[in-house]
Amino acid sequence: MALKMDSQGAVVEQSAERGFVARILETAAERQVTWRQYVVYIGFVGLFLFFAITLHDSGFLSQNNLLNIVRQTATISVMAVCMTYVLSAGEIDLSIGAVVGLSSVTTAMAVGEWGIAAGVLVGLATGLAIGTINAWIRTGLAIPSFLVTLASLGIVSGLAMWVSDAAPIPIRNETFNFIFGGGSIGPIPVLIFWTIAVVALGHLVFTRTTFGRQVLATGGNPVAAKYSGVNINKIRRRVLMLSGLGAGLAAVLYAGRLHSARYQFGEGDELSVIAAVVLGGTSLFGGAGSVVGALFGSLMIGLMNNGLILMGLDASQQLMARGVIIILAVALGPKK
Amino acid sequence: MSGSVPAVQVTNVTKSFGDTHALKGVDFEVAPGEVHALLGENGAGKSTLLKIIQGVYQPDGGEVRIFGEQVKTFTPDEMFRLGVSMIFQEFSLIPTLSVADNIFLGRETKGRFGLSDRAAMRKRTRELFDEIGIKVNPRASAESLSTGYKQLVEVAKAVARDARVLIMDEPTASLAEREVELLFSLMETLKRRGVAVIYVSHRMEEIFQVSDRITVLRDGRRMTTTGASDITGPELVRHIVGREVAAFSWVPRTVDRTGRPRLDVRGLSAANGPFDVDLTVHPGEIVGVTGLMGSGRSRLARALAGLADGVTGEIRLDGESVKVGDPIAAIDSGIALVPEDRRTQGLIGIHSIRANASLPVVSRFSSGGFLRDRELTRSVQDVVERLDLRPPKIWRPVGNLSGGNQQKVVIAKWLLRDSKALILDEVTAGIDIGTKTEIVRLMRELADAGKSIVVVSSEAGELLAMADRIVIMNRGRVASTMSREELQAAVDPGASEAEQQSQMQHALEARVQGLSTVRAGS
Repeated sequence: MALKMDSQGAVVEQSAERGFVARILETAAERQVTWRQYVVYIGFVGLFLFFAITLHDSGFLSQNNLLNIVRQTATISVMAVCMTYVLSAGEIDLSIGAVVGLSSVTTAMAVGEWGIAAGVLVGLATGLAIGTINAWIRTGLAIPSFLVTLASLGIVSGLAMWVSDAAPIPIRNETFNFIFGGGSIGPIPVLIFWTIAVVALGHLVFTRTTFGRQVLATGGNPVAAKYSGVNINKIRRRVLMLSGLGAGLAAVLYAGRLHSARYQFGEGDELSVIAAVVLGGTSLFGGAGSVVGALFGSLMIGLMNNGLILMGLDASQQLMARGVIIILAVALGPKK
Repeated sequence: MSGSVPAVQVTNVTKSFGDTHALKGVDFEVAPGEVHALLGENGAGKSTLLKIIQGVYQPDGGEVRIFGEQVKTFTPDEMFRLGVSMIFQEFSLIPTLSVADNIFLGRETKGRFGLSDRAAMRKRTRELFDEIGIKVNPRASAESLSTGYKQLVEVAKAVARDARVLIMDEPTASLAEREVELLFSLMETLKRRGVAVIYVSHRMEEIFQVSDRITVLRDGRRMTTTGASDITGPELVRHIVGREVAAFSWVPRTVDRTGRPRLDVRGLSAANGPFDVDLTVHPGEIVGVTGLMGSGRSRLARALAGLADGVTGEIRLDGESVKVGDPIAAIDSGIALVPEDRRTQGLIGIHSIRANASLPVVSRFSSGGFLRDRELTRSVQDVVERLDLRPPKIWRPVGNLSGGNQQKVVIAKWLLRDSKALILDEVTAGIDIGTKTEIVRLMRELADAGKSIVVVSSEAGELLAMADRIVIMNRGRVASTMSREELQAAVDPGASEAEQQSQMQHALEARVQGLSTVRAGS
């Protein structure tokens, strides 16, 4: 089994022979890919066109509104990227919403006390710490992550409330608020850069690294992965730690955007994030996932929230419409 | 096999899927009270025919009659109404319900107020069990039963629903020896009641033991239908494969045992067995490991690969000590396990051939954590071609491949990894005879290339074809070892090759059984 290093040449040759598109289509057929795997993109475009047509008088298509959608979705997108890893590995993290609350509080306190760098570090460290604790309880005591993170959701919420005395903490550091929230570079809000950076990195690591492969293997069949030499518990810990870290970053972005911190920040976000990730084609049972899909799942949820408000639906109608759209999209998605 | 109406009569049935002609005019007949074995390689049309009889597929042409009644609508419900029942490989019992509840699932006996009358159901279950001679407590929960008893209950459930045609697909695949006997005696009882059984298995010995007649399909055509006593094993294999196969005869190879052993195991134990096992395997040597179900064969295999709890003892590979009880250390040192159950332990069904085969080696194809994708693809392609995996489409998910191809993917992992010692647990189970041959040949090639191979198997024929020496396990310990010379000594030199083969097989089986009974009595 000598490994030949001339593979690149050979592959290029092959593609020249058959044509790049033909080769991609052939691979897709072999992978047994169906349109269902792309339902999030179809749904996104469909929903976008629907709002563009019905709401063209209400300013839906204005640059401002569109940028706003992406801005408001940034925190969900960041967490969705991490949740893609978690679900793909066959785990789940219900604590992220609560972690956002706690991390935003610690960030605001640290920014006020010691400045930007410390604030960001403390925020991320808080998230990572909670993620790490979740992770070790998950693998050390072999408790399903659903239960571990359901429990820590409560503990962390309580902690956030206690630490902040249930009071909002304003952030007066304008540089912090610019970098992590309201600022723009040219016409483009910084939050879009944050989103792009996290999605790009997340996608690259997911599809191109050994870690990504091992995450999918662990979620696809943990026994077979273990028998093939994957340290499945280490992978499980890593994804839960990553999820905590991602929630920490989301908390920093929340604090920047809203110029303050509050223990309720992020409350209920875990459900939006999981919905976005599953909309994006990631299996709730592990083994299959897509980071780019998760981004579009998040954007679709943002689009929905925005469009439904512009349509003049009241809060109760929005909630119901959102539920119906999510069920439709998931029903049309890949069959498990 | 009287002149009565056949239970199943399939006449000139054809079925195509796109360009693939799965059945090209097949006749097939099963009499009431008959066990009829249906054989063929993967792709021969066996499962298409079975699915037509179950009502999953509609035939393109020809006709199907069940007890004389021509089938017009092919749906599972209709076939069920006519009396056709499938005994599933993966059991359809609900684990948390009692046996009686399972038997009556979906058609509960109603008592007063429309509530289900569980006492009556238990009583009828007990009566049914007495009638067909199975000893299971109707109150027991299904999950508390062993695999064998689950299978018996499964059959009883079909009988309770007036099944007159039973389809059994590899029913013994996961049963212990004693459980197989129970199943066979239940089949005898059912035969007396006039139930027709269509029996699918890759295990030759069983086929001859239980079936009255045998039908062989190949390439969508019926090759033969014959009485089980009118045909020999090799003839049958020839019909199945369509060519002369020497898979299961021994090919002499020379092994140099003078050098340092490749795999040197001393006092290997684990919490639930094995206990205190010594084993040496030289480069180029194939060692067989056998024993009855529960003897610790598979646990030994897993312990060697670091996949058992509480492993102690010493394993050396090429003189280097290997940390025991750590699967990653075992793999890193060059020990590889092809596990017993490829679906649950060997493969990730929803992932591609490429992803599965490369899983143990992803880190070798990475720089700074990032995969060198093209190189990896190329290597997987090479190994897939070498193993003659058909079709060699490496992006295809492994879940839908045939058993033989799936097993090749599991083997591909360790060829890519270039493991030095391969441990294969029931490597040919549930695989068609053609692929079995290929795997046996591959093992010899790998041994000749200097690898050390441990073949754990319950099939004497397979061991005799490959192993230079056979270790027999009993109660987690090595009970005996049979060398090639000893096996040869059991053979009458004047006999034909086939007879010699069966003499050796008997010698080995006698040793295995003998050891077990002696111990069990003491």
